[in-house]
Amino acid sequence: MNKSIVAIATLALFISACEQGAGDDEAKPYSSRYQPMASAATLLTGATVLTGTGERLDGADVLISDGKIQAIGEGLDAGNATVIDATGRWVTPGVIDVHSHLGVYASPGTQSHSDGNEATSPNTAEVWAEHSVWPHDPGFVTALAGGVTSMQILPGSANLFGGRSVTLKNVPGRNVQDMKFPGAPYGLKMACGENPKRVYGGRGQAPGTRMGNVAGYRTAWIKAADYKKKMEAAESGKGEPPMRDLQLETLAGVLSGEILIHNHCYRGDEMSVMLDIAKEFGYKITAFHHAVEAYKIADLLKESGTCAAMWADWWGFKMEAYDGIRENAALVDLAGACAVIHSDSAVGIQRLNQETAKVMGAAARVGVDVPPEKAITWITSNPAKALGIDADTGTLEAGKMADVVVWSGSPFSVYTRADQVFIDGALAYDRFDDSVNPVTDFSLGTAAATGGAE
Amino acid sequence: MKSRRVLIGFTTFIFLTFTSTVLAQSTAIVGATAYTMGPQGTIENATIVIEDGRFVSISAGGVVPAGATTVDANNKIVTPGLFTPIGFLGLVEVGFSAGPLDMMQRGDQFTASFDVADAFNPRSTLIAVNRIEGVTRAIITPSPGFPDETGNMGHVLAGLAAMVNLGGANDSLEQRSIAMMVSLGESGSGYAGGSRAGAVLMLRSALDEAASYAVKPGELEDYNMSLSDLVALQGVLNGEVPLFVDVDRASDISVLIDVVAEYGVRAIIVGGTEAWMLADELADADIAVVLAPQDILPGNFDRLNARRESAGILAEAGVTIAFADGQSHTHNARNITQSAGNAVAYGLSRDDAMRAITLAPAEIFGVADRVGSIEVGKEADVVIWPADPLELTSYPEQVYIKGNAVEMTSRQTLLRDRYLQTDSDTPPAYRK
Repeated sequence: MNKSIVAIATLALFISACEQGAGDDEAKPYSSRYQPMASAATLLTGATVLTGTGERLDGADVLISDGKIQAIGEGLDAGNATVIDATGRWVTPGVIDVHSHLGVYASPGTQSHSDGNEATSPNTAEVWAEHSVWPHDPGFVTALAGGVTSMQILPGSANLFGGRSVTLKNVPGRNVQDMKFPGAPYGLKMACGENPKRVYGGRGQAPGTRMGNVAGYRTAWIKAADYKKKMEAAESGKGEPPMRDLQLETLAGVLSGEILIHNHCYRGDEMSVMLDIAKEFGYKITAFHHAVEAYKIADLLKESGTCAAMWADWWGFKMEAYDGIRENAALVDLAGACAVIHSDSAVGIQRLNQETAKVMGAAARVGVDVPPEKAITWITSNPAKALGIDADTGTLEAGKMADVVVWSGSPFSVYTRADQVFIDGALAYDRFDDSVNPVTDFSLGTAAATGGAE
Repeated sequence: MKSRRVLIGFTTFIFLTFTSTVLAQSTAIVGATAYTMGPQGTIENATIVIEDGRFVSISAGGVVPAGATTVDANNKIVTPGLFTPIGFLGLVEVGFSAGPLDMMQRGDQFTASFDVADAFNPRSTLIAVNRIEGVTRAIITPSPGFPDETGNMGHVLAGLAAMVNLGGANDSLEQRSIAMMVSLGESGSGYAGGSRAGAVLMLRSALDEAASYAVKPGELEDYNMSLSDLVALQGVLNGEVPLFVDVDRASDISVLIDVVAEYGVRAIIVGGTEAWMLADELADADIAVVLAPQDILPGNFDRLNARRESAGILAEAGVTIAFADGQSHTHNARNITQSAGNAVAYGLSRDDAMRAITLAPAEIFGVADRVGSIEVGKEADVVIWPADPLELTSYPEQVYIKGNAVEMTSRQTLLRDRYLQTDSDTPPAYRK
């Protein structure tokens, strides 16, 4: 991500921890130390390939080497590559989950593992999810068996501003730095609606209503704009910079476009208000998460270029989720807006392909055709866009990271399993070979220690 | 005002459904591939005749009786209605911060006798959402839940479950006292003062008191339980009402097997994460297991040995299994087909998977003489599918409950249709 490295030069004073790429000699604190695993050149042959760019190629080959996609087409020359016959199987980009709490709400779900919600103040923009991530969460391994190669780990939704997110490569490491997606921008979790007003209103403090929520966002942005202005003034030699403030640093990073807003928000009317707040303070909402009523405002999402990250069919577990419909993602896509299927669940993340399939079926019922080559974009290229990593991954295109899933059949069949998962060209999971598969420290000695292979 | 309009409209819709069902006549579904789940197995080109809400004949290429409404199901699949073995349908609308949760009763005044049947609402908006996806029967259960605002806890014995149909009419409550919910293991420990041993003790103590009461009914002194609880437990002691036990860890399942043998009661397990480790013992004890096949993470230390292959291992050993969606067995009771499909992906036969969502729950809860399969004399809950019912992209074309074709709409389809009108210039509230 050259763009963010350039940005560090100009904004270094108050964006102290922007990512640098792996292998950067002058790695800053908290930088990615992710290193791709050793890989061999691999040629997948004769597959049904969904490229993630909206294309479907039948009987196609995919050549992987040096950790990158080298070529896609018919009858590719294997050269030195190991050939895997993928005839009858389907090949897609690695699945990307834009909304996960793996590591911050790790399994087992004991109180000791409850590290996702800093529910001590409505604005905790100063916290970073990566400082809670436990890399030994067995959920990383089960997600891998479901084809997930990258994911965003978010703080919870108790607060108006929950804190920074972190995007990870799904290769369990010793620490979060080993897993950080090189060059991925940070996100900031915001939350609308019931959660903040319930958590804080219940304690007799603000916010206690939805209008209280909105006052809280606006007040914070006013302070952040002021902080940003003073920092920029100091940078151009006009006065001393204010004392470094972690909370304002993150918010100012949003205003300068370096940190992406990921906004938990269910109702269409509330999302509409949030878009106006973004307009008032000059930032962009990259994605609404959960977005149960996105179908009601799909045109507004298209207009603002905001993705809607949605479940297939979760509904009714609280009032703001009461109007959930299975066609939601399809209607967002139909309107020309960016649709993403997310999990928000250590169980759901294992089957984002299945969740997508349920939307396809529901859409077909009302004559909205979502072909596989379109549907796959909801869990690959569209989440990559929402995370700002689409230049590196999310599609099968020459030069991109070789994050690839070989499925036993159509990923949208309930009977299909991920056979092999490649991350940066390395075989990270093999359904037929347990010796390949990771076992977290926690799972040693349990049934899960088989790694999930059959 | 807007939400009120929607609710009024929905009530009207349910009423129309109900009145149309009253006028139902003899129906013949012809040409289908019928997965009867009964002794007739799978029948190609089946003719299924329904009269007065029951199956009267099922045969390959059979003749349609005069006067019957013919439904062409050529190239389609017909199955029994789906049967969800656990959940809170009709006991809740919105799960959180939105009114009563009628499956939860806290405190010790009434425990074993708390009966969810008296709270059941057949017109719940959840019923139609799940009905149009093929769910025709459900076991509705009490839940010990979480402490209320004043810190009152639920109880190890949470109360009585019932069987309902999803027809949405007044007569949807089919059978009360179909099982008694019990929590053991980690979840039980929370209602028993801290230890899972305390949960077992509470169960034993309740059974002991009920046995004592059976000998001298009417004498109440010295009992910890209320009269109504002691009465409710008589059904458990005499084997009419099985215990429906939430338990995961193998050691706790072992204890349950012992308690069942000692008291001569019946039991069904729900959860059963480590049940596969005791598959033969469970088969010997005739204890069925309701599983959530997708939920293979160690959510707590009771579930360390979760396995993808559980369903297949248990079925192979002769344990009767059923499924519940691990994430939402109530609002999305419909996802029972996804659970079944996932179990097939990891070793369960397709036939066993279909059985687990139709006939098996009926057998487990003792109502297989009435429902669960397409057999002459049984109540005609039938679903017509254009494609494989377990596939995620599949959906019912038509659902019948007791022979009546249900209206294939729900509040969700009404919302969908309203917002599909993207070229409409009128505000959504005026689009009907």
